[in-house]
Amino acid sequence: MSTNNIGPKRLVVGAHYGLKEWIIQRITAVVMVVFTIVLLVAYFVSGGATYEAWAGLFSNQLMKLLTFLTFLSVFYHAWIGIRDIWMDYIKPVAIRLTLQVLTVLWLVACAAYAAEILWKV
Amino acid sequence: MVDAHQDAKKAKPVYRNIGLAQLIKYRLPWAGKVSILHRISGAALFLLLPFMLYLFDQSLASELSFMQFQEFTDHILVKLICLGLIWSFLHHFCAGIRYLLLDLEIGVEKIAAQKSAIIVLIVSLTLTAAIGAKLFGLF
Repeated sequence: MSTNNIGPKRLVVGAHYGLKEWIIQRITAVVMVVFTIVLLVAYFVSGGATYEAWAGLFSNQLMKLLTFLTFLSVFYHAWIGIRDIWMDYIKPVAIRLTLQVLTVLWLVACAAYAAEILWKV
Repeated sequence: MVDAHQDAKKAKPVYRNIGLAQLIKYRLPWAGKVSILHRISGAALFLLLPFMLYLFDQSLASELSFMQFQEFTDHILVKLICLGLIWSFLHHFCAGIRYLLLDLEIGVEKIAAQKSAIIVLIVSLTLTAAIGAKLFGLF
């Protein structure tokens, strides 16, 4: 952010004009598409719908990390999308801010739960 | 000629600050339908994140919880919720790929964009129907 934001260089809207979130939403989307393909292939190669195969898949440290990175992508992607919904439909600033804070808390809690699930196996 | 043009314009309803009652009559183009469904499916996936994480937890925690997971997901209501989530995921996935391609300026022309919107709807619904049939044991 520019420190000289007076006069014509003044920043007239927030959210960095949205470019940062826009690009992050696309990057996280690509991560999720790639992981979906990796998971589908791994699922069918490992032998399908038995506990042994399924838990075996996620006991691998690399798979844990890939899954967790994808989860983080999901949560960041969801934050941007839900933020957009609040910005489109909720006009009163106090209500919008409250909903945005609740969204962040919801997603951070989900991230903690996801980490617990993965590193329990 | 000018009169006919004006008549055609008059016949077209104009909506400003559209209300909920008008929304039902409002006919969206295919791309518009894909877009609003993208938003709805995204919101549904967001709201049910804890439910999906719970299912993931159940399926992984232990052999016993895996059996409980199978029992739980055998319930018709759970199956229906899962099918809704599967459609949400598939629609969001397919529409998302369409947006990524549009961002790369692939298929931005009117006809191509309309075609890809219809393809998104057909692919996501067909896959949902196939997975649904498998889920309810039709094959």
